Amino acid sequence: MREPSFLQTVWFALIGVLWVGYFVLEGFDFGVGMLVRALGRDNAEKRALIHTIGPVWDGNEVWLLTAGGATFAAFPGWYATLFSGFYLALLLILLALIVRGVSFEFWGKEDSPRWRAAWEWALAGGSFLAALLWGVGFANIVHGVPMNAHHEVTATIWDLLHPYALLGGLVTLALFLAHGAIFLTLRTRGVLLERARGVARWSTRVAVVLLAGFIAWTASDQAVGGTKVSALALAALAVASAAAVPFALASRREGIAFALSAGAIALLFVGLFVWLYPDALRSTTASAFDLTLRQASSSQYTQIVMTVVAVLLVPVVLAYQGWTYWVFRHRLGGDDFEGTPTPVAVLEKKLGSAERASST
Amino acid sequence: MNTLELARSQFAITTLFHFIFVPMSIGLASWVALCQTLHFATGKEVYLRMTRFWGKFLLISIAIGVVTGIVQEFQFGMNWAEYSRYVGDVFGAPLAMEGLAAFFLESTFIGLWIFGWGRLSPKVHLATIWLTAIGTVLSAYFILAANSWMQHPVGYRLNPITHHARLTDIFAVLLNSTVLLAFPHTIFGAFTTGGSLVIGISAWYLLRQRDVDVFSRSIRMALPLTLVAVFLTMGFGDGQGRLMSVQQPMKMASAEALYNTTKGAGLSLFAVGPFERHPERLGVDVTLPHVESLIATLSWDGTVKGINQVNAEEERKYGPGDYAPIIGVTYWTFRLMIGAGVLIFLLAIAGLALMPSRRLERARWFHRAALAAIVLPIVANWSGWIFTEMGRQPWVVYGLLKTSDARSANVASSSIIISLTAYLLVYGVLTAIGARLFVREIKHGPAAPSGDGDGVPGERMPPDLALAY
Repeated sequence: MREPSFLQTVWFALIGVLWVGYFVLEGFDFGVGMLVRALGRDNAEKRALIHTIGPVWDGNEVWLLTAGGATFAAFPGWYATLFSGFYLALLLILLALIVRGVSFEFWGKEDSPRWRAAWEWALAGGSFLAALLWGVGFANIVHGVPMNAHHEVTATIWDLLHPYALLGGLVTLALFLAHGAIFLTLRTRGVLLERARGVARWSTRVAVVLLAGFIAWTASDQAVGGTKVSALALAALAVASAAAVPFALASRREGIAFALSAGAIALLFVGLFVWLYPDALRSTTASAFDLTLRQASSSQYTQIVMTVVAVLLVPVVLAYQGWTYWVFRHRLGGDDFEGTPTPVAVLEKKLGSAERASST
Repeated sequence: MNTLELARSQFAITTLFHFIFVPMSIGLASWVALCQTLHFATGKEVYLRMTRFWGKFLLISIAIGVVTGIVQEFQFGMNWAEYSRYVGDVFGAPLAMEGLAAFFLESTFIGLWIFGWGRLSPKVHLATIWLTAIGTVLSAYFILAANSWMQHPVGYRLNPITHHARLTDIFAVLLNSTVLLAFPHTIFGAFTTGGSLVIGISAWYLLRQRDVDVFSRSIRMALPLTLVAVFLTMGFGDGQGRLMSVQQPMKMASAEALYNTTKGAGLSLFAVGPFERHPERLGVDVTLPHVESLIATLSWDGTVKGINQVNAEEERKYGPGDYAPIIGVTYWTFRLMIGAGVLIFLLAIAGLALMPSRRLERARWFHRAALAAIVLPIVANWSGWIFTEMGRQPWVVYGLLKTSDARSANVASSSIIISLTAYLLVYGVLTAIGARLFVREIKHGPAAPSGDGDGVPGERMPPDLALAY
């Protein structure tokens, strides 16, 4: 029997929602992380960029922890198979998240150029690696992995790094980079806003091309039928949503551009989960070894308990996280963070910004 | 080392490292919330300076605690897939609740607290630090409920087909008698940790007579609170001991290295046995007569079960085998934990005795002792965890699943060596940097009172930069 129960379907959907929430939110702070060094020319500008995500990145990351916890509770078999199977890839992601996580807090703690540069690279490198590897991981999930009858993944990390998976990695990398740049067009002003617009324009185009290529490859590579058709349709909508971003940016509608970019990421991952259903992970060794949601699931009682908890708590979490974004909605510029307020510095600041303005 | 030992070392190392910062963050979050409340209520600037000064340590501690916590959420699945399949139905629920109820709360509101100075109204800003503190405490409850199920499984039934544990009563798991004592023990231990840190760092300043207004007030507030916290930690720990002799008699017997069931057992103060896993006998054993029976059974001549007898009982239940942990480890970690707790207790008493006069601010011996005592809660926290986890061996879930049956069969030892090396490197660097930043913040000291600020009038630093990056 392959059909999951109603509750199993609900929990599969909820875990999908947690992942979508994670990628839509942390996606842009990965993007900003990669851009801090590229867009910020001095400490004040870099600080302004870090401040756009400073209050929220930690809360964004909890979506990942909760997705992990919810998978453990609702589908222990999936949790065990996935994380033991993707062992070294997940290790790299965790290390990347650790390094970028501390870089926020450490960056401003010592005022030496080497210290700051080290943590800027840590932030950029960690964000880059995580953004890339999440795509590699999920492309493998779409593709299926070598797995034995005990639902143990038998692949090494090299088996997971095939061209299709790497393309998947580039897709999330480009999407998150663009998403970060678009987020910055909402949260910055002045020269930072101009530079963010520039990056947003080209990175969205790159993301659209890569995403379309990834979908075409997926469609040509695998047998498509049933729910997989709707999955591909959702992914195609993701391409359309991303492709509309440059128009929104051109008409200076940053809010709409951000919503479109978030929509593209959300549609892509919703499509991915629809593609997977009713399996949790497919085996490329033999389809008899597929891990179905039904097999991976916890008991009905546990899922009822967790449903009650989720119904009570998720709206509260959404309310206060939403409120955080409202509190920190103002635009930031380098001039908010100019250092020592000596008359010379003030003068330099004015001259500097005039110079920058004339050069762009 | 074989694969199992590698996986166990990795869990131990990552968890112990994470657990340096967890109790520190729990203790400091409530402490900072208290300081800020006093500032809110009295408007005195000294409390604001305290809030900001201690807030910096809170943030460094949280930063490292949060990132090392990510590993914790995933390593059950990575290294312990069989464990995850076996317990997921029960164990996953409190873990997911921890994410939804606690992690979101602390992570979101700490961001609001850091960046919200001057942007939120003082009342709302005060609420954000309290919500962070509540989040840290809630998180401890859920993770301890999950851990308590491993010590004393309740509210489950075994699935007849898969033989995996299946949750039947969530309230039994959340209100497990084990967690009802483990939670206050751990939380008051965390408050003791935060309190000892405040006392020790304040002592460093008093030793140098720097910023005496801030640190005299800090130490005078922290001393009585720490005394109460360490007293309650010991009190609940005492209750845990009695509960343990019923629920996990082997752990209690091996904590005392008591080999044979004894009536009117003595409390062993110092014992040495041959250096082997199961010495079976002790070379030296200095005991206080009858005291162990008194503690374990509240009766002078009460019977305390011995390792050999408990092992025979467990063999009858679970089949032939060795059901005792490594006695040297349980015996000495138990003593280290209690010893460190007693020293903190004595130090707090001494400090309290110095308080009525101004001697507290001048007693250099006390300042030096308090500074050295910062390591004591870490020693106690570590040895307590090593005791409770190694004392449960060979079981990972007591009476249900052995640690040797819990690992991921498909993860090779080479993978574990790679990840263990990587964690050791990254955590090593984090420790070095964290320690360096702690020392820097101490040397840097609290912000000067606003009266003699060196800023240029009219151009002030944005208020949110006080703690933000």
